[in-house]
Amino acid sequence: MLTILFDGFAYGMILFVLACGLSVTLGLMNFINLAHGAFAMAGGYLTVVLMNRFGVSFFLCIPAGFLVSAALGVVLERTLYVRLYARSHLDQVLFSIGLVFMAVSAIDYFMGAQQQLITLPPSLQGRVSLFGIQVGIYRLFVIAICLVLAVALQLILSRTRFGSQLRAAVDDARVARGLGINVSLIFTVTFAFGSGLAGLGGVLGAEILGMDPTFPLKFMIYFLVVISVGGATTLTGPLLASILLGIADVAGKYYVPTVGSFIIYTIMVVVLILRPQGLFGRANAR
Amino acid sequence: MNRRHLFAAAAASLALFAATGAHAQQTVKIGLILPMSGPFASTGRQIEGMAKLYMAQHGNMVAGKKIELIVKDDTGTADVTKRIAQELVVNEKVSVLAGFGLTPLALATAPIATQAKVPTIVMAAATSIITEQSPYIVRTGFTLPQVTAPLAEWAPKNGIKKVVTLVSDYGPGHDAEKAFKETFAKGGGQVLAELRVPMANPEFAPFLQRARDAKPDALFVFVPSGVGSAVMKQFAERELAKDGIRLIVTGDVLDDDILNGMGDTALGVVSSHHYSAAHNSPENKALVEAFKKSNNMRPNFHGVGGYDGMHLIYQALKKTNGDADGTKLLEAMKGQSWTSPRGPVSIDPETRDIVQNVFIRKVEKVNGELYNVEFATIEKVKDPVKAAKK
Amino acid sequence: MFALLSYFRPDTATAAGTLLAPVRWRPLEILFWLVAASLLWLAPSKVLLLNEIAILALFVLSLDLILGYAGIVSLGHGAFLGVGAYAAGLLGKHGFTDPVMGLLIAGAAAGLLGFVTSFLVLRGTDLTKLMVTLGVALILRELANKFGNITGGADGLTGVVMGPVLGLFEFDIFGKTAYGYSLTVLFILFYVARRLVNSPYGLMLRAIKGNSLRTGAMGVPTNHRLVTIYTIAAVYAGIAGALLAQTSQFVSLDVLDFHRSADALLILVLGGSGQLWGAVIGSIAFKIMYDYLAAITPQYWQFWLGLVLVLIVLFGKGGILGFVNSSREWLAHRLGKGAAK
Repeated sequence: MLTILFDGFAYGMILFVLACGLSVTLGLMNFINLAHGAFAMAGGYLTVVLMNRFGVSFFLCIPAGFLVSAALGVVLERTLYVRLYARSHLDQVLFSIGLVFMAVSAIDYFMGAQQQLITLPPSLQGRVSLFGIQVGIYRLFVIAICLVLAVALQLILSRTRFGSQLRAAVDDARVARGLGINVSLIFTVTFAFGSGLAGLGGVLGAEILGMDPTFPLKFMIYFLVVISVGGATTLTGPLLASILLGIADVAGKYYVPTVGSFIIYTIMVVVLILRPQGLFGRANAR
Repeated sequence: MNRRHLFAAAAASLALFAATGAHAQQTVKIGLILPMSGPFASTGRQIEGMAKLYMAQHGNMVAGKKIELIVKDDTGTADVTKRIAQELVVNEKVSVLAGFGLTPLALATAPIATQAKVPTIVMAAATSIITEQSPYIVRTGFTLPQVTAPLAEWAPKNGIKKVVTLVSDYGPGHDAEKAFKETFAKGGGQVLAELRVPMANPEFAPFLQRARDAKPDALFVFVPSGVGSAVMKQFAERELAKDGIRLIVTGDVLDDDILNGMGDTALGVVSSHHYSAAHNSPENKALVEAFKKSNNMRPNFHGVGGYDGMHLIYQALKKTNGDADGTKLLEAMKGQSWTSPRGPVSIDPETRDIVQNVFIRKVEKVNGELYNVEFATIEKVKDPVKAAKK
Repeated sequence: MFALLSYFRPDTATAAGTLLAPVRWRPLEILFWLVAASLLWLAPSKVLLLNEIAILALFVLSLDLILGYAGIVSLGHGAFLGVGAYAAGLLGKHGFTDPVMGLLIAGAAAGLLGFVTSFLVLRGTDLTKLMVTLGVALILRELANKFGNITGGADGLTGVVMGPVLGLFEFDIFGKTAYGYSLTVLFILFYVARRLVNSPYGLMLRAIKGNSLRTGAMGVPTNHRLVTIYTIAAVYAGIAGALLAQTSQFVSLDVLDFHRSADALLILVLGGSGQLWGAVIGSIAFKIMYDYLAAITPQYWQFWLGLVLVLIVLFGKGGILGFVNSSREWLAHRLGKGAAK
């Protein structure tokens, strides 16, 4: 029972680490960025290349994945995304899907279509006993990173000057500009941050999910489920939603395997019918 | 009755049309329909690479005819596959259709093969029923029951009496589950639980936990190759081996394409399959060498299906002296036997399935790389599902 | 050329013109259907592809009815395509081989599902609607997989037998009957949709799309209108699915795949939403582009497709039709004339 709970929690955390970057771009900047998975894939493939070809340590890949994806985010934001902030959601969807198609083919071209795997350093392999249950060290590691991330993000948003400037810029870009806030800089930084988080998710997810060129499409649905169930306007929402979905999914598949595959979708539909703005979203959200 | 007449007339005129089309030309066209994009692209890449390699090695002239290969992407959807097959037959007048990465794609095309009397070579899709859907379908890949049953035979003889099965919840998975259970029971084994995993499922924790709770001697796994690594990793991470549970799998899980990336967690895992890149024969060594050179990767079991498929077409054309008439080619294919890189194989004239040796293998390190090293051979295995029907 | 293209656009000089212009058939529209029909004889080697385009166009058209005219975004429109396909496929498998009957029943089945699920999409933001529709489609897909004994599961539904259309035209391997049949169905349903969106009901829908609060305050039963159009769109999609199943005589699980719904959305935005022609033009452009690219590079066609999508968003507002219209206006302006009257 406890094992199932822990497994669900850990699974939820993996969902969160992949989705939290999206909650930054989608939730905070109100940009439907379906190419989120492509940034995650960038981080993941960077890890694969660094570890398998150059023998770089996994621990170094974590910040590298974040930085490279963030840099990629800056470049794309400045050149392309910035033109689309004012456009309709449908244009954003079309545009970002186009980017995903390009990323998928490009990775296929350079890296091949087969799945790429990494091998963790020995210190992250194996299991330890915790509160009487056996838990995987790597899962603990992911959970720890996620919790730190969640707290840090929440603090940045609610406590710092940057956070309040960002919220102001999102709520009304014109007024914010009038107040002397450099809106475009703030958006660039935020977008880079979201992309970086995606890259981080890719690094951490590479071990468990594996990397192949269709990664951004395969996991897009999961990102979106987490964000919509949690509500896009906060960060705690997606966090709690990930945990809820993770535990429900794992427990459901354990106890009632015949309906296992329905659980995650059913929860999503039911939640959205009852609370269209998501479980923890603000009711007056855009 | 009217309809049947019309249908027959249409089919006859079509066959005539296809035949005259092929006769008139000195070129024999082969339509290779493969998943070249999407989640199964690696299968397509292997088969395409192998088909081209075969042509590079053996020349593009057979019995005075020039062979032309037309590669098409089926995008993994059945209606597109069928449309492409139809277009290849009608517009390009291909003499042979080949490829087919997934079962539904082959099933959708089966009526075309029958209607147009075009031999259709299934190189990868592995559900047993495919060859029964059209008398023009020939298989050079494998069927899942064919490679599963030998493992279920081997297990009880090697101290495995109780097993939990874990398969992907789709056609081939059900095939594997059934084949394992039936054969295993004959050998005195007992299946404690049958677990089915949804296709889109990155997390195996709940299933592995159930398997552990049942306390079997071994866990039998079949999942398609891309998913296999996740199972391997999570099996190792949960340390089921420490609870005395062994892992036995079909070779799909230990796909040569990605095996080396799985790392030491895969060491010692026992599997059964019809092809390993480590198969010890001069034919295979030459093939692995050549494929690494031309495609920069290890051949896998799908690839060898493509290689043998091309060989079968070449052999059949030689036998008909270059006559590319569909029915004649088909007859020439039946009963062919040759030494493939995977070992001796033949085409069963009755079922048009491939008859081949199946190997029990163990993952070992060879020259610093992981390989499935074969240690036992079950010779001339036919598809057990069709054998049982007789 | 651009002057000709103006025939796709309504005449908006007067208020009466605004209301009446779209109702009238323009020469280019009539020409389009004539050309489409003549391709049956002019391009026999392409009719299989054309059949696929016609079915796709119908599917995208149905999405346009809810997205372009009522503002309901959906990532799960494939659910109705799938239900229609399975309904028609199962009918054909179990001896009800009349195609037209199958079409109607499949449409009704999808319509029923559309009616039931329409109540789920009345509330919430765009994202909520996207996800709810997506969820419904994914649940249906899992159901189709679970009930493999009925649907054939992941192996697909084989043994679908189709009688001749209207008892006259047998389905042939060249796809002539298939294309003629699909094109006829597309034409009839396009005609109906055209009448529908230009009726007062259609105008009301556009008003709701513009501001549902205000239309509600005007006394329009907003939800009632939306439920109706959602159901109609579901019928359309169901019929498209039935055409797919009947002309390929096979149904596989991928009819319910996410990518079907996503593709439809892409194609609609590509062609231009909110104008029925956008769905048709988008489907033609998308399929021809795919066919052309996939022939050159079966492995990497997705890259070029993605590039085209990105460029269209960056440089052409309102999809292909929007691009055509704006460049026509630009040209007219440059030539010193007013917009084509």
